[in-house]
Amino acid sequence: MDDKVSIGMDSRRITTTQRETTRPFSLKRQPRLGESIIQGFLLFCGVLSMFTTIGIVVVLGSESIAFFRQVSIVEFVTNTVWSPQIDEFGILPLLLSTLLTSTIAMFIALPTGLAAAIYLSEYASSRARSILKPILEVLAGVPTVVYGYFALKFMTPVLKAVFGEANVNIYNMASAGLVMGIMIIPMVSSMSEDALSAVPRALREGAYGLGATRLETAIKVVLPAGISGIIAAFVVAISRAVGETMIVAVAAGAKPTFTFNPFEAAETMTGHIARISGGDLSYASIDYNSIFAIGLTLFLMTLGLNMVSRRLVRRFREVYE
Amino acid sequence: MTTLNDEIKSGLPQGEAARRNVASRRRTGAIWRTIFLSATIIGLIALSLLIYNVVNEVFGYVATEYAVDPATLSDKPIDELNKDELVAVLQDNMRANAFRTLERDKPMADRSESEVYDLVIERVLKPQTLETWTLRDSWFNKAAIDAQVASEFPEAKLEFRSWLTAGFLTTPMSSDPLRAGVRTALLGSLWMIAITILFAFPIGVGAAIYLEEYATDNRFNRIIQTNINNLAGVPSIIYGMLGLVIFVRTLEPLTSGRIFGADSGNGRTIVAASLTMMLLILPIMIINGQEAIRAVPLSLRQASYGLGATKWQTIWHHVLPNALPGIFTGTILAVSRAIGETAPLIVVGASTFIVTDPDGPFAKFTALPIQIYNWTSRPQPEFAHIAASAIVVLLVMLLSLNAIAVLLRNRFSKRG
Repeated sequence: MDDKVSIGMDSRRITTTQRETTRPFSLKRQPRLGESIIQGFLLFCGVLSMFTTIGIVVVLGSESIAFFRQVSIVEFVTNTVWSPQIDEFGILPLLLSTLLTSTIAMFIALPTGLAAAIYLSEYASSRARSILKPILEVLAGVPTVVYGYFALKFMTPVLKAVFGEANVNIYNMASAGLVMGIMIIPMVSSMSEDALSAVPRALREGAYGLGATRLETAIKVVLPAGISGIIAAFVVAISRAVGETMIVAVAAGAKPTFTFNPFEAAETMTGHIARISGGDLSYASIDYNSIFAIGLTLFLMTLGLNMVSRRLVRRFREVYE
Repeated sequence: MTTLNDEIKSGLPQGEAARRNVASRRRTGAIWRTIFLSATIIGLIALSLLIYNVVNEVFGYVATEYAVDPATLSDKPIDELNKDELVAVLQDNMRANAFRTLERDKPMADRSESEVYDLVIERVLKPQTLETWTLRDSWFNKAAIDAQVASEFPEAKLEFRSWLTAGFLTTPMSSDPLRAGVRTALLGSLWMIAITILFAFPIGVGAAIYLEEYATDNRFNRIIQTNINNLAGVPSIIYGMLGLVIFVRTLEPLTSGRIFGADSGNGRTIVAASLTMMLLILPIMIINGQEAIRAVPLSLRQASYGLGATKWQTIWHHVLPNALPGIFTGTILAVSRAIGETAPLIVVGASTFIVTDPDGPFAKFTALPIQIYNWTSRPQPEFAHIAASAIVVLLVMLLSLNAIAVLLRNRFSKRG
């Protein structure tokens, strides 16, 4: 015991004597080459996503500029004919069918998704949740090309049976839109459910204490409290519908048509990009440039929607302690 | 006090009116509860309908007819011929060139009797599909099918067939739906996914570590974070266009393998598709990775620092091992997204018809979803059967991946 202490004392004495001769042990941060290299690599990984965005903007922008040298922007946004063979480049028919299919999809997805979210968050027992949630997750994980198959081989025949064989085209926007709505339900319900579950329990208990029924609590207390998240879910859902490609490529038709009739075939923006780039495409043609102009329009639309969604969340968020 | 109570009461329904009020509110509640429940059930119904429609096309009766009458080939029925006789039949009835090609692929001596038998069927008898039926029709309308076959195709052979067979997985693409398989597409998908993971995993985890452990709350890092969130919302087809310009065209010497001495003509290769997919799933991977890293308790890091570990030692030895199950789960989810993605592959230029197996990262390729898209778009009903079979293959792949993810999550969440 004594030995150990003396050794300890000894070594301490040595260090104190050394302090005068050598540099003192510094507690300051020391440069470590290995750590800096690793940190540099990690920073690169983080910054790579910036390059992706810059890449998207530059690629879409530069090819679109090449397109707009040949076609005026005014023609692009006002012409109702898209027919590259006869030099007609009006985005309106493509835009209209995108909006039509998305609107149909939203009529299905938003109410159903919200109602499902309310059920899951306010009504369902934990047992029911454990069955229903995985089903919705599976539905969300089904690849979109499979939904395309479903639209063409199931929804279209059903629509034909209901509205008459002659009234419904084999390729039509309604069937694509309806199936797209089904595809988006899980997304709306899961995002909205998150928003509803985040509402503090005390609010619900307060409502029950005042004699409100479960429905009144859900609709008049919980729903308004979670509205920011729900609106965000809705906006993201719209952006998802606008950008959806495979369902419309399979089921909505392969010819740009300016029509308001959902039972007609009409190609959407995404469908057109997929069809044109799927064929043998010459890189020097105006067809090639034109899909980038459509892509830019699509990108700006979805980016705008996503930004609106984020702004809405910040604006209407209720902060609870 | 009593006056206040009376005032409140006078504004509220009393007695019988109160009972009626409560009863009607309860009724409304019950009605809406049913509505909410049925909205949730819609998901279940949609999923069942989808599965039913796919399975309905996978099995069913097929009426086929041989282009050549089997009776003309030999005195005996071909089922009773032995291997040598079958080879003789092949030799007699095929063009000499075609037979030599077969012999070169695999000598007849090395082929088994059943292989030769299949060759006779395929090359000599050439079965033609006359008509196909769905599982539902085959099940409930057998009599009508029999009658139709008897009147319309008296020569035809009617058999119940599963379009999804082991052969479907191992045979390459063909323009004849009876003999088409997904081998090339399956291999293409697996190659693409493997390379995607190879690139995306280190970069995704690296970015997640940077954002959670190193990034201070300044403007620059906030922009990176916002940017990643925005990228997660960009439609997949836009990534396809980015990949087309950057990977297929600009980096063509790299993606066509020219600088590695494996020239495949142009940049429409597996590598180009994988890099595109990498960009597509990176935002998802980063966001999931961040959540996993954030869930590691701060005390672990503090203990490690307290023992004198450097920042990277702390991350490598303590944060990452604890976050790994979450990171894996996130990766699997991102990968299953990539397996099912079709639009970017179309734009990047996956081939729709290709029969040779991909032999490396610089090969031309096709993928399962592309094959499904291609077959779904064909008007002939036979293709709906093989499209459905390919969908089953794809869904089984995705479901097993997801099952692994769920298992991982359950296994490791118990431990923690």
